[in-house]
Amino acid sequence: MTVQRPPALFSRRKRLEPGCTGCQVRLAPLGIDAAGCDFVIALAGNPNTGKSTLFNSLTGLKQHVGNWPGKTVARASGAFELRGKRYKVVDLPGTYSVLWAARAEEEIARSFLLQARPDCTVIVVDSTLLERNLSLVFQVLELTDRAVVCLNLVDEARRKGLVIDHQVLADELGVPVVPTVARTGEGIQDLLEVVAAVAAGGLETHPRRLGLLPGTSAEKRREAAQLIYREAQALAARVVRTGVPAADDWGERIDRVVTSKIWGFPIMLAGLAAIFWLTIVGANYPSQLLAAFLFGVERLGSSLFQALGAPGWLTGFVWHGTYRGLAWVVSVMLPPMAIFFPLFTILENLGFLPRVAFNLDRLFQRVGTQGKQALTMAMGFGCNAAGVVSCRIIDSPRDKLIAILTNTFVPCNGRYPTLIMLGTIFVAASFPPAYASLAAAASVVAAVLVGIAATLLVSWGLSRTVLRGEPSSFVLELPPYRRPNVKQILYTSFVDRTLLVLERAVLMAAPAGALIWLLSNLSWEGRSLALWASELLDPLGRAVGLDGAILLAYGVAIPANEIVVPTMLMIYTGAGMLADVSSLAQLRAVLVDQHGWTLLTALCLMLFSVLHNPCSTTIWTIYKETGSKRWAAVGALLPLSLALAATFLVAQAARLLT
Amino acid sequence: MTEDSIVPLGSLRPGDRAWVLSLAADGAEEARLLDLGFTPGSAVECVFGSPMGDPIAYRVRGALVALRRAQSEKIMVTRRVQQPHRGG
Repeated sequence: MTVQRPPALFSRRKRLEPGCTGCQVRLAPLGIDAAGCDFVIALAGNPNTGKSTLFNSLTGLKQHVGNWPGKTVARASGAFELRGKRYKVVDLPGTYSVLWAARAEEEIARSFLLQARPDCTVIVVDSTLLERNLSLVFQVLELTDRAVVCLNLVDEARRKGLVIDHQVLADELGVPVVPTVARTGEGIQDLLEVVAAVAAGGLETHPRRLGLLPGTSAEKRREAAQLIYREAQALAARVVRTGVPAADDWGERIDRVVTSKIWGFPIMLAGLAAIFWLTIVGANYPSQLLAAFLFGVERLGSSLFQALGAPGWLTGFVWHGTYRGLAWVVSVMLPPMAIFFPLFTILENLGFLPRVAFNLDRLFQRVGTQGKQALTMAMGFGCNAAGVVSCRIIDSPRDKLIAILTNTFVPCNGRYPTLIMLGTIFVAASFPPAYASLAAAASVVAAVLVGIAATLLVSWGLSRTVLRGEPSSFVLELPPYRRPNVKQILYTSFVDRTLLVLERAVLMAAPAGALIWLLSNLSWEGRSLALWASELLDPLGRAVGLDGAILLAYGVAIPANEIVVPTMLMIYTGAGMLADVSSLAQLRAVLVDQHGWTLLTALCLMLFSVLHNPCSTTIWTIYKETGSKRWAAVGALLPLSLALAATFLVAQAARLLT
Repeated sequence: MTEDSIVPLGSLRPGDRAWVLSLAADGAEEARLLDLGFTPGSAVECVFGSPMGDPIAYRVRGALVALRRAQSEKIMVTRRVQQPHRGG
């Protein structure tokens, strides 16, 4: 077969002066700071090729995480130095194709290659899937002269008995090919040398071009895909030698169990339950330590203010209001997140989560969406704001919107303490002591199930009314099971998820702390504003089985669910600041004896807590992810009205029956 | 190699192998299937189903890809009984 080698689509650009002001000019519109860099390196590749692992091993801790301008696609960039030269590394989104730019991430990768014109593009390839990956290699080579193929995961290929002749592959492709194992660092030094040589123009590349034209009709695209795969198949057949596998392919055997009719669901539930258990139990002690430390700082700060003669209101506002709100949220929120997110990421990198989406897709099909929604819900158990961001994994815009709008129905970490407290004090108390803890746990599980039922019901409703449309297509790659890189996961899940969520929460919690303090310390006609407001809300509260103080607490503690109960206790006890009580017996005395809570109050509050309005961070995230104030409003008001309606019905029904 | 008549991919049972003949999908759906290597002439194998029977995982160009019945019905294939020269 003859292969045409048409002239380069884009002439090789002139090299700019060292220190590369050109890099800065080209990267600035993309929001990437390339100041002081000599060369720009792009990483391209299919999903699941170990591209992120390679990116992390190249850039180490020097990376910057954000979004591509105007897009909700994550962008990571970083830098490394080699022999006095600085290299800017940009991790392009993982894509299956790059020429036609049909999806946001393909468009980003394509326009980066064309407009930012990196000095070298590293095409990361999964050695165990060479034929499939070559499809993207051919496409990238259409767009750039300077490329290096990184033949990653060669250890896995060796285990499968696959031997790839990378010399022949390099000759055929016209660009250097370097075998690597990014996870262990094998071959990375060679890769760096080759990349440096190509970037500096010292190593000439003559990429093989198939003469594909970007952006043409569906018919042309069909022909192009056939041509690409014919070439890929022929080339893979030439360079890959299949020997005897060193080990069994246990992956498929595991899959047959994980996706079986009998074991599929129990295994998934056990995995999820294990994560929750580890999170709740593991966060307990660090939370106490952190709280002891942070509230110690509050005491220190306020006595310092007093010693300096600051007026009482200033000390109160700064330390017992603003700071206390912030400290409370951080100590309750940080430990569970720091445990939950890495665990979740480990399951993700292990390859377990795609199987969960696979197993549950049918269920979600029935309510008009898809299996990946289950993963965004699971993420929501950690934090709804993070859950909303995770909806990016869903391709179909309609399914994504439904998943975003319903994410708040799964209770996040911040709501568990409330649910557990209610289950322990009220539900468990109605059972004989032997069954008390079991009853408490069952009531929390029941609350979670109510949330899941609400998710399915509302998804079903949305997909049949306002978001009616074509059933979405669902194509899901099930990558091989892989050993997760725990060190990298600890770092990335801490930086990407925990710190980001915490930062937003802190920005919201501090002003809320201030507002809550003002409410309980400003008074009119001898009574605090909090008291006035809770009295005003009382009739509505009673109608839905709650009371005015509870509704007020939900209203002012909207920045973080973690401070709803402390706010409530502050209002009840007139403490003047967010309050806690030292024992469950005391709590029971405050709630039941002094404020007349019943089992009905507890039930309605559990229901309200599961269904109610998302926290302000989540609402803000819905706005950022949908780019629409209207959808953010729907995301806030839909759960609120559902929660009010449900609690109203339960309260009225209970009162009729008794 | 013996061949059956033309059937949709969705009618294969786990363990069945086939060649792709044509795609009846269009737009983004067709594009994604082509990207993943479901091009005419490619070898596919039905590997396993999900607990509720839909979607089903297929091996194509070495990768494991799950398709819903709605998609797999749009891919016409012809069964192959024996191993082809290239293996699965």
